[in-house]
Order: sequence, then structure tokens, then C-alpha cells
Amino acid sequence: MSTEAHGARRNRTLKWIDDRMPIVSMTEHALYYPVPRNLNYMWNFGSLAGLALIIMIVTGIVLSMHYTPHTDYAFDSVERIMRDVNYGWLIRYVHMNGGSMFFIVVYLHIFRGLYYGSFKAPRELLWWLGVIILFLMMATAFMGYVLPWGQMSFWAAKVITSMVGAVPLIGESLTELLWGGFTVDNPTLNRFYSLHYLLPFVILGVVVLHIWALHTVKANNPLGIDMKGPQDSIDFHPYYTTKDLFGTGVFLLVFAAFVFYAPNYLGHPDNYIQADPLKTPPHIVPEWYFLPFYTILRSFTDDWWLFQVLLGWWGMEAKLAGVLAMGGAVAVLFVLPWLDTSRVRSAKFRPVYRAFFWLFVIDCLVLGWIGAQPAEQPWTAIGQWATIWYFAHFLVILPLVSRIERPRPLPHSISQPVLGGGAAAAAAPMEASR
Amino acid sequence: MIRSPMRSLHRMLAPAAIAAVLAGGAVPAAAPALAAGDAVAPKAVAWTFNGVFGRYDYPQLRRGLQVYNEVCAACHGLRLVAYRDLAAIGLSEAQIRAIAGDKEVDGEPDEEGEPTTRPAEPKDRFVDPFPNVQAAIASNNGAAPPDLSLMVKARGGAADYVYSLLTGYVSEAACKKQFKDSQGNPLAPGEGQYCNTYMPGHIVAMAPPLTEDGQVEYEEAGAPPASVDQMSKDVTAFLAWAAEPYMVERKRMGIKVMLFLLLFTGFMYAIYRQVKKDVKGHA
Repeated sequence: MSTEAHGARRNRTLKWIDDRMPIVSMTEHALYYPVPRNLNYMWNFGSLAGLALIIMIVTGIVLSMHYTPHTDYAFDSVERIMRDVNYGWLIRYVHMNGGSMFFIVVYLHIFRGLYYGSFKAPRELLWWLGVIILFLMMATAFMGYVLPWGQMSFWAAKVITSMVGAVPLIGESLTELLWGGFTVDNPTLNRFYSLHYLLPFVILGVVVLHIWALHTVKANNPLGIDMKGPQDSIDFHPYYTTKDLFGTGVFLLVFAAFVFYAPNYLGHPDNYIQADPLKTPPHIVPEWYFLPFYTILRSFTDDWWLFQVLLGWWGMEAKLAGVLAMGGAVAVLFVLPWLDTSRVRSAKFRPVYRAFFWLFVIDCLVLGWIGAQPAEQPWTAIGQWATIWYFAHFLVILPLVSRIERPRPLPHSISQPVLGGGAAAAAAPMEASR
Repeated sequence: MIRSPMRSLHRMLAPAAIAAVLAGGAVPAAAPALAAGDAVAPKAVAWTFNGVFGRYDYPQLRRGLQVYNEVCAACHGLRLVAYRDLAAIGLSEAQIRAIAGDKEVDGEPDEEGEPTTRPAEPKDRFVDPFPNVQAAIASNNGAAPPDLSLMVKARGGAADYVYSLLTGYVSEAACKKQFKDSQGNPLAPGEGQYCNTYMPGHIVAMAPPLTEDGQVEYEEAGAPPASVDQMSKDVTAFLAWAAEPYMVERKRMGIKVMLFLLLFTGFMYAIYRQVKKDVKGHA
């Protein structure tokens, strides 16, 4: 259904407004924009990520009214929120668990994109904006974790900021610039607080661009073929608004179960001990959503054969290699559309890719599991092989598979399997974009 | 309450020295201090505050407060809890004033500008046993006794761990028999140290705080006999409350929220099913 069919512009007042600022047509576009009729539940996670962002911003703003960004008071001010602010414990637990919930839905959203080829033409910019959001989320979550100034806050900050020191030549000055001093201290906490408040709004801005790009190229779908006409699509409202609201209900049930019944399950008990720069915790671990990347970082040791073969012999430090690999693990997603060159999007029609996709999922879980282990054998070796697989998946397997694999035949159109009739010609892969 | 396997995992894991991380990772040189004497899983206690419908047992919390005041408070602070908070576990204002009034806190400067002190009031937080950290360190063999406000939340195993620690002391002979140090030799506590099954590494600087039955004389009518086990449970329950005084409110609200969300989700599913009837192939 087109915008005209809904005809809000027939109302004179609305028309008057719309002629001056097309906010009415924009709303209509948002409500009635055509969406493939065959989306499955994996397409719920985009709107859930948006909801999670809003929840984080709202609870975060309330928390900031009570929080004190000073090394002497930060820990106590968080406890004051928990104990003395009306429903402070609720707001703080929602914010604390909201970070994890945000990452869960975003990771599922990303894996959905990988499975159904949502990164392929014409959605490369949409995909890039998503990767930028992921980078911004990681920075925001890391700095937010520092604010309560518990033991894990402090030592995670110390470990992660020290990575900057691996940059050749200017590493030391860069680290001091980041710290605002010679170690993680009050200036560090202050600037992290400032940036932790700023970045969510940057994320919000990129989310707007992400949705803009989505509305231009339209949603991908489980078949991975383009919409060919009105018979392939349905209006976003009411068909996907109701579905998204149902998904929202399920998401909030899971969220609430954590907030009310296991609020500290995903956290670390050490963060209820005030930061002590003189006492290193026996086992420094990041939050669960960083564990796979932490494993990649730690895999690069001076004695790792792969490191020696590739980089060590010309004098690169293992620490720097680890930092670069960790950043590269996300950055490689930017070039994914040119690594996976198969013209078929959906893994549904790509048996070989599908098998490798699930291996990749398992690999990410292994990386996460190793991230929670101490830096000892045999975990280090397992982590190193998992790291190799992670990069091999993108840099070797995907280019080869997309060249060798013979995809199964695609259906004629999105509507053909459900509405019958085969009048339309067989869908050519990614036809609209080429 | 859902117990985190990760948490106990973290506790059991040998130290990954930060230096190893900074040096780029996995140097297996860090001495695995706990590996030789693996941490023991704490005893599971059926706390009244466990589970979705868990509640604090207020008479138990008041007994625990008495144990804290008479035993623990000699060395350990409770600086995040205010005396007024004790109203929530059923103390009268007079009782709260009596407990607070025993302690001195800094007052306003007098007319000459000289510093003064005054008795603590309900609005004040629990007064620390030592005037400053240095004093705490000096009186305690070189290590300040930790504040107990968040102790239950700050340890893997939570209340179970605190209770197990309080009741987990073993003799030096038993220690040598059961545990080994990082070199594999029998573990022996040094001067001013004690052996405890549940402490990571099994060596603890705290002397066994609750050693004989009746050490605290429970004031309230109907209190159970003050056995070491009972006192340990009571003070642990009190500390669980101190760490999370809003827990009952949280769990109670959770039930309402979950019921509402179930209803909301059910309605939304019904609406979605209704809407989707119009469209073939709408998954």
C-alpha cells in the first residue's frame, strides 16, 4: 500500500504542516513502508536493539543525576543510588543488565545478517553503519564499566588502556593522553564519564543513518532475494509493529528475569570491592560480551609460532599484534561484502556456506569460553587455534567457498511459494543491485 | 537465587597476572597459588532469602546484628549502612538511638572553631572501628580488615561462602594433612595466620571469630540457642541484608512485573496472530 492510499494529506491541517515540513509523510512512510512478507523472528532483533538503546539512555540519564565521577566518591555514590535513591536499585540494575541485553540482541542481529547475507549489495553502507555502531557500543560499554570504580572497573581500565601503549613510537604519550596522567586515576574517570555520556547520542545518530539506509534499500529476507512488487511485501504497520511488540514482550521478560532475580549473575563479585590501585585481583576478566575479543588479544604471545612466522621475525611486538588483531576482528566486517562474493545472499541456498557459518558460531563461543580462562595451557593453545579459525573464516574460507560452491536454485519470488503461480521468471541472484 | 557457575569458576582459577596480559598474553609463569589447594565449593544453606519468593527473616537479622555488634564490629566496619536503616529490620527508634549513641562522630566546630565530637545519630552511617586505614593496618598484623557492607555481594558464593568461611576453620594439623602450598608441600599457617577450608588458598589472617556456643547471648525472646553454627548463619543473614537491603522489594516487584509482562506478551501474541491472518506467508 502506498502512502497516498492512507491519505493523511487529505486532512487540511496535516497538509498545511506537510507542505512546510514533510513530517506527516515521513511518519506515513515509516508506518507503511513495504517489508518482505516472509521475515522470520530473527528480524526482531533490530527493533529490540533500538529499544535497548533507548532504555540505556533513559536509565543512564537518571543515574547521572546521582552519580559522582570522582575516584573518592564514585563507588559510594553508586551504593547511595542503590540504597537511598527512590528505586535507585531498579534503575541501576536495569542499566547494568541493559548493557548485556543490548549486546545479546546486537550479536544476534549481526549473526542474522551473516547467515542471510544482509551485508551484500545493495546493503553495504547499511552494514558499515552497523559495524560502526558496534565499535561505538564497545567503547561506550567499556567506559561505562569503569564508572562504578570497583576492582574490576579499575583493573579492566588499566589492562585495556595499557594496550594503547603498544602503538609504536607514540604509544606512551598516547596512553598518558588517554589517562590524563601517569596511570588510571581521577582524570581518567572524569573523561570516561564525559565520553560515556556523549557516545550513546553518537550511537543514536548512527542508528538514524542505519535506519535511513535500511529504508532506502529495504529489508533483506530469509530467501535473500529482492522484492519484485507489491505481492512480495506487506506494510510495516500493522504486520511488523505487532510482531515487534510481541518480540518486545519476550525480550522484556528475559530482561526482567535478570534484573529482578539474577541482577549480578552477569557481573563479577570483585566489582563490589572498591578500586584499589595497589591490589591486583587474581583474575582480571572483562564482561562476557568482550570475552571472544579478549581471547584474540591474548592469543598473540611471543612464542606463538604463527606470530613468529607472520610478524615476529621483523621485530613487531606480540602485544601490538594482539591489539591489532583484536581491532581487526571487528574491522574485518567492513570488508566482508568483498570477501564473500557469492551472488546468493541467504545461507538457505548455500549448503557449504551454511556449514561454515555454524562452525564460525561455534568458534565464537569457544573464543568466549577461553576468554574466561586463565592464560595457561591448554586454554592458550585452544584460543590460538580458535583465533586462527576466526580470521581464516573471513579471509580464506569465505572467498574460496563463494567461488567453489554451487548454490541451490532460488525460488521465483518471495510470494511464489506462498501464493502459488510461477508466472514470474526465476529470480536472478541479487538482480536489482547489479 | 540463581548461582553463577562463572563466579565460582573465577574464584577457582589461578591468577592470570596482569603483567602477563600486558606482555601480550599467555605466559604460563604466574604461580598458580590456588591450584595446589583448590578452592572448595561453599556449603549450600537453605536461606530464607533464597529463591524467587525469598524473604529476610527479621528476627534472624536482629540476632545477626547483635553478633555483628558484639563480635565483628571490633575489627570490621559497615560504612555503607546507616543506623536509621535498622528500622527496616524491626528496631524501634529508641533501640536505634541506643546503638548509634554508643559511637562518637565528628561534630560541627564549636564557637571558638575548635573541632568537636558528638554521639552518632540515626542519620549517621555505621562508625568504623578504626579512625583510619593506617590504624586498622597497625592493629591487625599489617592488613586492614575489610568493610562488611558489601561482603556478601563481593564474594563468589555469596552468603553460602561467608557462612562457610565462618565455620570453615581447621586446626593446623588438619591443615597440613588436607592442603598443599604452591610447591606441593603440606600447607602450614604462619605467625598470626589461620587455616580455613573455604578461603582461597586456605590461609586467612582473621582469627576464628565465633568459637564457642553462647558467645553472644541472644536478647530476644524465642531466639534459638546461640550455637556457633546458628550465630554464623544469623550474622551472615544480617550481612546479606546489609549488602542488599532492597532485595525483598526487588523480588516482590519482580513478580508483579513478570506477571504484567506475561499478560502483555500474551496479548501482543494474540494481536499479532489476528493481524497475520490477513496475509499468507507472513511468518
